[in-house]
Amino acid sequence: MSGRGSGTVAGGRVGLALCPDLLGQLAKDRIVLLVSGTNGKTTTSAMMATGWGSDVTANATGANMAPGHVAALVRSHHPRVVLEVDEAWLPDVVRSTRPAVVVLLNLSRDQLDRASEVRQLAERWRQCFSDDQNESLVVVANANDPLVVFAASGAQRVRWCDVPTPWLGDATSCPRCTRPLAHENGAWGCTCGFSRPSMMTTTLHHGLDVAGVHVDLALSMPGAFNEANAAMAVTALAEVGIAPHDAMPRINALSGVAGRFTLRQWGDHRFRLSLAKNPAGFAAILSTIDSDNVDVWVAINANIADGRDPSWLYDVPFESLRGHRVYCLGDRRLDLATRLEYANVDFRVVDDQSLLPVADAPVALLANYTAFSDWLEKSAGC
Amino acid sequence: MLKVALLYPELLGTYGDFGNGLVLVERARRRGFDASLLSVALGEEIPDASIYLLGGGEDGPQRLARDLLAAGSFASRVGDGAHVLAVCAGLQILGRVFSVEGNDRYEGLGLVDAETARGERRSVGELAVLVRGRWLVGFENHGGRTTLSGDLEALGSVARGRGNDGALDGYRTQRVWATYAHGPVLAMNPWFADEVLATVLGEELEPLASVADRLYLERCKALGLNPVA
Repeated sequence: MSGRGSGTVAGGRVGLALCPDLLGQLAKDRIVLLVSGTNGKTTTSAMMATGWGSDVTANATGANMAPGHVAALVRSHHPRVVLEVDEAWLPDVVRSTRPAVVVLLNLSRDQLDRASEVRQLAERWRQCFSDDQNESLVVVANANDPLVVFAASGAQRVRWCDVPTPWLGDATSCPRCTRPLAHENGAWGCTCGFSRPSMMTTTLHHGLDVAGVHVDLALSMPGAFNEANAAMAVTALAEVGIAPHDAMPRINALSGVAGRFTLRQWGDHRFRLSLAKNPAGFAAILSTIDSDNVDVWVAINANIADGRDPSWLYDVPFESLRGHRVYCLGDRRLDLATRLEYANVDFRVVDDQSLLPVADAPVALLANYTAFSDWLEKSAGC
Repeated sequence: MLKVALLYPELLGTYGDFGNGLVLVERARRRGFDASLLSVALGEEIPDASIYLLGGGEDGPQRLARDLLAAGSFASRVGDGAHVLAVCAGLQILGRVFSVEGNDRYEGLGLVDAETARGERRSVGELAVLVRGRWLVGFENHGGRTTLSGDLEALGSVARGRGNDGALDGYRTQRVWATYAHGPVLAMNPWFADEVLATVLGEELEPLASVADRLYLERCKALGLNPVA
């Protein structure tokens, strides 16, 4: 069996074992855009593929390590390529694929049991960009995330994006020297000289401006975090010659990505399904829940793909759910229930899902990785 | 008045360590005690407190936390009678020496006779420790190998996972509890939270039913442990 022809992740793994440079060979003579970061990879990649127009090669949801990239490049021969890349794999994939653009969305704690701690990751990214010999490489980076700025500081050509970044819980000490970072009115800096960049390519305050051009941002998907993702997607596409005015309407029309943010039906229940798998992601999704939605469902697993340690639940600002009733689902529903009890949030532990009450309006369902897949699989679009 | 102080959560708060402070304060309040949770940020003076909490952190932040603690009033406040719960990096900092970033050795605060070297491999996974006849359950994620000397007693013996060295976990002195278990440890082990609380308050406590009791039983079961060891 040849790994090259199959276009699957398993095939990709075999292919890489036989030919370690397979990814580099497959990417040769194509225009490759990479997207990495803790949150928003899948959505931003989908925005970039959509905004670029038709005939884009992209990896399947979740297949964001080299075997998944090989599979994508075998399956489709289109020269325009958008790949979302697992944070830990980014240096290898940058070396192999010689991308035109790398988008760095954000960096925060996620799955600490299997991933590197987040500061080490930022240092590995920085090293990768400073070693890179590809002079045409452009890094599109979130200028409000100190860990991303530190990582991008290794690159020669950076397009800084001033986009909403509410979660800075992992960037209170300087990524360069560990001294305290002083934050003031959105700016930040350290006595060692490391500070927030000032020359922005893209700003998202009163509407979206990309390289001096005002763009009509009107997303179909919810949340300020998706606006940040869209701003960075449009900035990346501008680097490969797609005018923001062409990309933006296509991105505005995108209503859901791989089941995220979509309305689902399960028996008599209707829910809007969101993926939230770490403190920053949860904080972002929680901010979209309004007081009208009394019932909220939250599903937490701790399988390998989720990270086996759910201690991060204590970094999620669940206090914002006071006034709601939270139904605790998933294998680790008791960890969640304990967190909510100490947060003084009204909760129910759901041991039998058939007893979930049917609400009049669609409920918000927030689920981490494998719990999200479970609920996506057993429900239907509506 | 119970004052719980989280020390430098920006540096030592990698594994949901805020949870230990929340649990202590909430379990005290629910029994009618007046309790407050203070979060001590970088650059702030260490305030008076009944118990200080030190959590887990990455290598660079761990060193910075050590420097800040050594320069401030932490040691004298502990000497004057404050209690400490130290988890993971916090456990290492209180000892004489710890190693991070390769094999560089750093001086700890020297409050206890413990020394941490770099382990051969990282210890990542479920941790279960037998503490005077009861199971303490949690999750560990660290690269240290800690050796206790003199008359420093371990917190307990390891049944699952690695802890200090594969045999023992943490240490216990009159006023300090230290463990490699996060989770956070006081959320997963309500009996241990109450033991810490009763010691700090100097009072026996009424039982307090909470969903954490179910969580504790479930975690013991998941690890194949009989909760009444």
